[in-house]
Amino acid sequence: MPRGFSRRDVLKGSGALALGFGSTRVVSAAPPASAVTPELIAAARKEGKIVYYTSIDLPLAEKIAKSFEAKYPGIAVRVERTGAERVFQRIGQEYASRIHAVDVVNSSDAAHFIVWKRDGLLAAYVPEDVAQHYPGDHKNDDGLYASFRIGLSVIGCNTDLVKPEDRPKSFADLLNPKWKGKIVKAHPSYSGTIMTATYQLARDLGWPYLEKLAQQNVMQVQSASDPPKKLALGERAVQADGNEYNLFQLREAGQPVEPLYASEGTPLAIGPNGLFKNAPNPNAARLFQSYCFTAECQQLVIDVGGLRSMHPLTKEKAGHRPLKDIKTLKDDAEGVEKHGEEIRARYTKVFKV
Amino acid sequence: MTVTASDQPVRITHGFDFTKLVLYGFALALCLLIVLPMSWLVYYGFVDKSGAFTLQNFITLANDPTLREPFVTTFILAFSTSLICCAVAAPMGWLVARTDMPFRRTVRLMVTASFVTPPFLGAIAWELLAAPNSGLLNKVYRMMTGAESDAVLFNIYSFPGLIFVIACYTFPYVFVLVANALDRTPGELEDASSILGGGTWVTARRITIPLALPALLAGALVAFLQAMTLFGSPAILALPAGFHTMTTKIWSLFQYPPKPELAAAASLPLLILTIMLLRAEHMILGRRSYAVLGGKNSAPRLIVLGRLRWLALAFCFIVLLNPVFLPYGALLNASFSKVASQFVSFSNFTFHNIYFVFFELSATRLALYNTFVLGIATATIGTIVAVVISYLTTREAVTGHKALGFLATAPVAIPGIVLGVGLFLSYTRPPFVLYGTLWILLLAFLTLAMPAAYQQMQSAFKAIHPELEDASRILGATRLRALREITAPLLRTSVIATWCFVFVGTIRELSAAIMLFTSETKVISVLIFDLNESGDLAAISVLGIIMLIVTSCIVALANRLRSGGGNVRLRDN
Repeated sequence: MPRGFSRRDVLKGSGALALGFGSTRVVSAAPPASAVTPELIAAARKEGKIVYYTSIDLPLAEKIAKSFEAKYPGIAVRVERTGAERVFQRIGQEYASRIHAVDVVNSSDAAHFIVWKRDGLLAAYVPEDVAQHYPGDHKNDDGLYASFRIGLSVIGCNTDLVKPEDRPKSFADLLNPKWKGKIVKAHPSYSGTIMTATYQLARDLGWPYLEKLAQQNVMQVQSASDPPKKLALGERAVQADGNEYNLFQLREAGQPVEPLYASEGTPLAIGPNGLFKNAPNPNAARLFQSYCFTAECQQLVIDVGGLRSMHPLTKEKAGHRPLKDIKTLKDDAEGVEKHGEEIRARYTKVFKV
Repeated sequence: MTVTASDQPVRITHGFDFTKLVLYGFALALCLLIVLPMSWLVYYGFVDKSGAFTLQNFITLANDPTLREPFVTTFILAFSTSLICCAVAAPMGWLVARTDMPFRRTVRLMVTASFVTPPFLGAIAWELLAAPNSGLLNKVYRMMTGAESDAVLFNIYSFPGLIFVIACYTFPYVFVLVANALDRTPGELEDASSILGGGTWVTARRITIPLALPALLAGALVAFLQAMTLFGSPAILALPAGFHTMTTKIWSLFQYPPKPELAAAASLPLLILTIMLLRAEHMILGRRSYAVLGGKNSAPRLIVLGRLRWLALAFCFIVLLNPVFLPYGALLNASFSKVASQFVSFSNFTFHNIYFVFFELSATRLALYNTFVLGIATATIGTIVAVVISYLTTREAVTGHKALGFLATAPVAIPGIVLGVGLFLSYTRPPFVLYGTLWILLLAFLTLAMPAAYQQMQSAFKAIHPELEDASRILGATRLRALREITAPLLRTSVIATWCFVFVGTIRELSAAIMLFTSETKVISVLIFDLNESGDLAAISVLGIIMLIVTSCIVALANRLRSGGGNVRLRDN
């Protein structure tokens, strides 16, 4: 199937971020915005800790935790980091046994929030920043969650191993025989970003693309954070998918890596934050959720993390191509929710793991 | 010979004999520990969602190639590993036990070191060494030969790579069995051969080696078993290499949406195979007694190797490079290097990794705490239970002692991951909701540790003549008092040694823990596993080095204290 990818007119514009938040309801059921009050801080301090399940890269998650602890001394953040799909499985498993350990959750697979909402697990809480600043399609109508981070799953390369003129410019380029045995790729059964990205690629480029990619002897890793690290180690020359933000972090630390933006469009993964009704530390959870959406924390996510933010008061970092200039694939959390299991099964068949 | 007092327990004057009560108590506890999870496993394997009997799970298993292939893979893996282990461990065991090779004790000690290295940690270390492009060994190879930048000497992300890594941490099982068997072979048989004119090599070929053959065969079976049920190394290496083994497949069946019924069905063949292999091992080793017939044996004769002795030592050293020296070096290097795949130098030396693990990684403290609490609790409870059961069985104190002994050894046949699945199915539902607490991990670790602890305590009890207790009982003491005041002090060193080994076995356990942990009950091995998922190799190296230091200290302590030569089989996971 020579270049059978652009069957769909993938993306019309860069601003096409009609995300999985679009519920058809007109009237918002969200509670009024909550400010951070001294009472909330005092109550949170009494609880003394908050447990944050997240799939964000570990050092970044710990940085966010440390900055929160610095701002609100006396409240310790415990980060539980694992791949989004495993975060989801873990919470499901724990809740089935009535273990309510998680306060706030962040997942790079927005489809999870659809399930948690359907199961009635999430608490409605709207931080002031979300109410005031966030665009409508980046906050849930019922006030259950909002877009904490915007990530891209990019192709990328090790600049020592790949000459500038040889860099792949599209997903199609990755099928070139010269990349055989030189590609690293993360797995949709572990990573929410990759789950989202696989859905978008299967939708827009079709499974035949992935089947051909599987013939390239790709090195299969789990987390979307890992391919950039494998590039930095020099273990593989090119990544077929993986976090753009890790590439930024590594590049800024002096590693020879570079994100590349495929001409077909780059998969987009929204990572919302939400808090649970049965949170063991409800006040600390609220305080933490509010903090996560402040311009201060969002700027940290951009500057330290290399991620993208929907907070209009934040600035894109110099040297990072602005989001609006990147051609992205359309995010569709409902679609991922509906087809997730099928994608996992088919992926396992195609890639043998 | 007098009739032993233990035959008339009713005559005691100092109170009620609690032995029976203790026996039943322990039997009940052991049953619960083993029978409950295994019954749930069988139940889940044979029912559908509504609870009706079905064979559908097994049919699905047989028809789905993504589920079938891991079985074939695992079989080839286990078979190859077993062959390699024998090929390496048999000559090494012989060299150490029967020749005048220098540094024999050191070689034995180093084999112990590879014994106590958690296989998942070894696998991660080998990633650092032999990843095709970034691996240190491949870099050195390219540097030395000036080969192309994509020339690859070793590729650890491959089927042979996985076999190699598993063999690294499995060969000690064969080594210990062979070396011990040769240690015990009486010298007279060899002397007889020499007197009758057999030269050194003829004697070795016709007497010594045949006598060690049963041990070797048993070793081969054990190695097969270990490779088959191992979870850690395949979980690290099989995914990047692009295949699954049985254990990683069972684990992946718990990913969302979880399919516990398929996991249970896939666990059962593993369980049955393990039981069969252990029976076979038992039969082979049971025949070995012919080797040690004939009264008091003289010490085995050492074969003089002459100049070959240095060659022999070089062989042992090269073998030990793989499980011990190279991996430890790679972990140490990665702990202090800014990029895990680069050699430490002035420009990239850093303490940041250590700082990160202790001061930034918020999960470290809890995981360390959980690991040590569980290690200490498992070791303490496990040792107590092992002492009591060994006493009851070696002294044949009560009817039914055989069953008790059987129950205590039975967990040998349960692969860690299978037990994990069984415990998960049993304790996430009423009446015993233990999931999410440290208790469920304690149960898992206790069950897994019981056979080794029991075997070790049993051999310790056998070494103490019952006369001493009998004397105490004749003088009117109850069984428990005799145990406390006579036997216990004599057993002190064995007890401490057992405690140490259970502790070490517990803190390195991964396969059951990976099924049973929650965020509140994470242990170090699981934390390392999570870190590997996102490629944080430097943090893993730091945690791994800490784990190795703790483990080595405790093993060294135990080795000092251990009285007899009873070898303990640490389980791998």
